[in-house]
Amino acid sequence: MTDASMDSAPMKGRLTTVDARTKKRNAAEKRFKAYGIVAILIGIFFLVVLTVSILRSGIPAFTQAEMRLEFVLTQEEFDAAESQVLKTKAYEAIFINKLSTALTEKGISVDFNAAAIERLLGKPGSTIREYFRANPDQIGQPVTFSLPASSRVDGYFKGRISRDTVVDSRFFEATDLDLVDALADAGIIVRNFNWNFITGSDSGVDNPGGAGIGVSVIGSFFMMLVVLALSLPIGVAASIYLEEFAPQNWFTDLIEVNISNLAAVPSIVFGILGLAVFIQFMHLPQSAPLVGGLVLTLMTLPTIIISTRASLKAVPPSIREAALGVGASKMQTVFHHVLPLAAPGILTGTIIGLAQALGETAPLLLIGMVGFIARAYPEGVVSGFIDPNSAMPAQIYTWAARADAGFYEKAWGGIIILLIFLLTMNIIAIILRRRFERRW
Amino acid sequence: MPLLWLFLLILAIAGAAFVLARMRVMAMSGQDRRSLHSLPNYYGSNAAMKSAIPALLVLVIWLIAQPFYVNSVVSGAIPDSDIAETSSRSLVLAEVRRAADGIDLAIATGNLTEDEARNMRADISDVTQRLSDAGAIVTSQITQPILRAAQQFRVLNSTGYQLMSIVVLLIAVAGGLWAFKETRPDFRARNVVEQGVRVLLIAAASIAILTTLGIVLSLVFNTIEFFRLYPASDFFFGTSWAPSFSGRGGSSDLGILPLLWGTFYISIVALIVAVPIGLFSAIYLSEYASPKVRAFAKPMLEVLAGIPTIVYGLFALLTVGPLLVSVFGDDGLGWMQAGTAVMTAGLVMGIMLIPFVSSLSDDIINAVPQAMRDGSYGLGATQSETIRQVVLPAALPGIVGAILLAASRAIGETMIVVLGAGAAARLSLNPFEAMTTVTAKIVSQLTGDSDFASPEALVAFALGMTLFVITLGLNIFALYIVRKYREQYE
Amino acid sequence: MYDIPHPTQETAVTDVKIKAKDVQVYYGDNHAIKDVSVEIENNTVTAFIGPSGCGKSTFLRCLNRMNDTIDICRVEGDILIDGDDIYDKRVDPVQLRAKVGMVFQKPNPFPKSIYDNIAYGPRIHGMARNKAELDDIVERALRRGAIWEEVKDRLQAPGTGLSGGQQQRLCIARAVATEPEVLLMDEPCSALDPIATAQVEELIDELRQNYAVVIVTHSMQQAARVSQKTAFFHLGNLVEYDDTSKIFTNPEDSRTESYITGRIG
Repeated sequence: MTDASMDSAPMKGRLTTVDARTKKRNAAEKRFKAYGIVAILIGIFFLVVLTVSILRSGIPAFTQAEMRLEFVLTQEEFDAAESQVLKTKAYEAIFINKLSTALTEKGISVDFNAAAIERLLGKPGSTIREYFRANPDQIGQPVTFSLPASSRVDGYFKGRISRDTVVDSRFFEATDLDLVDALADAGIIVRNFNWNFITGSDSGVDNPGGAGIGVSVIGSFFMMLVVLALSLPIGVAASIYLEEFAPQNWFTDLIEVNISNLAAVPSIVFGILGLAVFIQFMHLPQSAPLVGGLVLTLMTLPTIIISTRASLKAVPPSIREAALGVGASKMQTVFHHVLPLAAPGILTGTIIGLAQALGETAPLLLIGMVGFIARAYPEGVVSGFIDPNSAMPAQIYTWAARADAGFYEKAWGGIIILLIFLLTMNIIAIILRRRFERRW
Repeated sequence: MPLLWLFLLILAIAGAAFVLARMRVMAMSGQDRRSLHSLPNYYGSNAAMKSAIPALLVLVIWLIAQPFYVNSVVSGAIPDSDIAETSSRSLVLAEVRRAADGIDLAIATGNLTEDEARNMRADISDVTQRLSDAGAIVTSQITQPILRAAQQFRVLNSTGYQLMSIVVLLIAVAGGLWAFKETRPDFRARNVVEQGVRVLLIAAASIAILTTLGIVLSLVFNTIEFFRLYPASDFFFGTSWAPSFSGRGGSSDLGILPLLWGTFYISIVALIVAVPIGLFSAIYLSEYASPKVRAFAKPMLEVLAGIPTIVYGLFALLTVGPLLVSVFGDDGLGWMQAGTAVMTAGLVMGIMLIPFVSSLSDDIINAVPQAMRDGSYGLGATQSETIRQVVLPAALPGIVGAILLAASRAIGETMIVVLGAGAAARLSLNPFEAMTTVTAKIVSQLTGDSDFASPEALVAFALGMTLFVITLGLNIFALYIVRKYREQYE
Repeated sequence: MYDIPHPTQETAVTDVKIKAKDVQVYYGDNHAIKDVSVEIENNTVTAFIGPSGCGKSTFLRCLNRMNDTIDICRVEGDILIDGDDIYDKRVDPVQLRAKVGMVFQKPNPFPKSIYDNIAYGPRIHGMARNKAELDDIVERALRRGAIWEEVKDRLQAPGTGLSGGQQQRLCIARAVATEPEVLLMDEPCSALDPIATAQVEELIDELRQNYAVVIVTHSMQQAARVSQKTAFFHLGNLVEYDDTSKIFTNPEDSRTESYITGRIG
């Protein structure tokens, strides 16, 4: 009876010869292992694609084609222009005049008219007029004007537009490219590092070239101040209570359940909360970093509480017993011994929580931080908190939602800046953890 | 910013109380701290605590309560006859508030004096003009009743705030004095202070409950308001989503089914991408990978989780969408009309969820005891047989929990769908068509210009409610499963 | 105080099943097994005894290459089963483990039904051509594991629901189901109560009819009760290896004597 099944048993052969079934099983083993490798490679591939597309599309945002021209405006020219009815037109004419002089000096001859200059530069007249009206002492002195070129000129330099793809419109004509090439040869149109993108403010919907992220960085900064100032103390206090003092009862359970659920509530719901409670109910100002900070605080709290509790839990009970043993009260034990030992972990968790909050967009959409055009820096600390502003991710979204494709480049560039902030924060967190991590 | 000053003043009083109480107890003990029950600083802290905390508490309550009181008084003062047919009391009140804000602004910019503001009666058009000169947003002509109400509103508010400042400061001083009085060397200051700190800790922990309560209340009240204007059955069972953009009238179709369908379709695509990749990555990392590979690959995958969703949204809109169009669009297979589609959003969301699935599954697979694996190896099973037939079945509940958590993430995700999925609500099976989701519509209904009292805006709260209930249910269920699973091996 | 060892006539007709020569095992830098040479006979219960940490379990796990699953573990020397070196590159550990079954210290039934626990081995090794044959194998294994009568009515109940002793017999039945030639048992009774231990010991004695059984134990009484040969390990060395009766009545090495009489260990 036993022998009947023995025939089919594969292990009766010699060990050194691998039988067919084992070969098949080993092949399956290899396949299975390969699936794992492929899965990881796909994951890493996605990461690489994402990084490459961010860098490739975003880096051009950091440069901008601009027309740089040095000229002297005489007092007579100034007076003549100011006496005209169409003053900015007069300045534009002066500018074109100076430009053709400069071109002739360099020995380059190219035909152009005022309309072409307007297509290339927008309206240079008003910039020039405002400058000289603000700085009358510069009249008669050589002044260098750097005027951002239109998004199409910029796109031509960055390869977004080529001679083959350009379509004549009132914004741009194919012949303008000859002028652009000539100006580039003359060194008048140059591609420069775009400081305005980093420090500047958002422009209107029709001027992607002038848009900058600086003001919304400030908005994000004030928001993070609110988040830090509220979520760190509240989060630590809540964690200390739950980890060190809370009795086992229904109230503690209720808090625990709430925290774990809030950690998983979609962020958009926090936006609804912010809209209903802070704006509709409490009448706090719309689009204000203060409100954004409050909403993000509520969102970040569960994250901070969870990581803080983990750090508190990691402090061994022997430390508490030692402190209690020399007659410290429970409160003194926690604040004198446990909390300092857990501090690096808490700090790390807080930084990671802040980084998360910094990149969060959805709730900001609902409290009006999107669509607001952040044109100016706040005037002071208080106005930084309560005056309408945008925030980095909200600004990126605003740009992504605009019709002009020139803004897409800005959106990608904004992402690079946002990611640099996040990366810095995470690196700080990692260094802190490496440096102060204690193994008990 | 008088509120800031008030706050600083309270802190200053508390600081003074601290110093005085500490000095008093030191003097009473004859500068000998050994005869004190507690350390001197505890006496100071006791005084500071008793002066600041009640005052701040009253301040907060007052700030919340006063608008209600003022609103009800002002609202009571407006006769029904002044409320137009097409309007409602809450709309009129909003107008009153805007007018009052406008007057404040006009005074701040010098277009009005305080006296003028209080006594303005005649010449309404002049007021409107001067307010808009000052840069205030004035929607229409300010009528006489509204102006009067606005004036009353301002008066009530300013006297209210004056009264509040006085009361709060008095409380602060009284609290400080009381604590100063009870400061004696045998007073158990440490115990009292620790009791106070404990209360603060409990208060901080309760914020989680308050947040949930806030979410639920803001959703519930607005949802009820919505169902008053729009029938609930049409909302839950309507198969058409077509809000009217005028913001008024009953011509809107606000059925949630197309949105739910879009949400689930996109989530399913996302899970089809994320679950196999995440799960196989987790299996490889926890069972096969050498420590070196693990140390490299695990953080790499987790980087995907740290990237903000706006980045994924842009990636969907500007990279993945056009890429898919070039393959499946009119130039290729002809299945796809535009870059925004279920497939675009689902694919990108799937990428976002890979690390989520993989790190949760990794934890769960590692929780399966080594004895299980040994038992299987001891019988001559290969590693993959062990994983497939012993480890995974044992880890199954946990993995299901992880997938449910990922699903709840997918359902609640906003930025990717806002940018990548499109805006058209439709019930279709073609994954290359644009569809929209609950979250995307919450955003579009609340960021438009429509009035908050209109059903087109209020529907967002009903959508939010639905979303909250679904994700909450999924989360609770998933956490329950995961916890049950952990207990099994502890 | 010990049971009288089994009559010696059974050891008369023996052939060597496993032959280990100069085996060294390292865990990283730690030299865990030093120069162990031993011959394990067919149809015999061989007991490995010794104080904890002496290397007896480690050596046992070398016999079916379970140590392969530990990264830092390194084995040197020869271990031959039926003349084949099991550490030969051509040997697939999967095949080896089917031939050399193992029962662990703590009962570790899979979180599956009793039936699936037993059928797992036969299934992965492709031992049954159809369901009826598989049923047959399961029943036979459960009978050999002396647990058939207790579970025959609830084969679909989860294996984790059994009592500790039943679980361990289930694990033995599971090991037996793949028709191994050698059965390794790593302290199979240490997690069991005395009654369950007695049942398992009885089972081990029956299993001797068909297999070479190697059992690691720290109970000297158990070694005396169930084994015919005993190996005493101390600090990674094989101190003495002989008939059980000899070891327990007249050991040659003084360390063995000290251990048996309770002075070390």
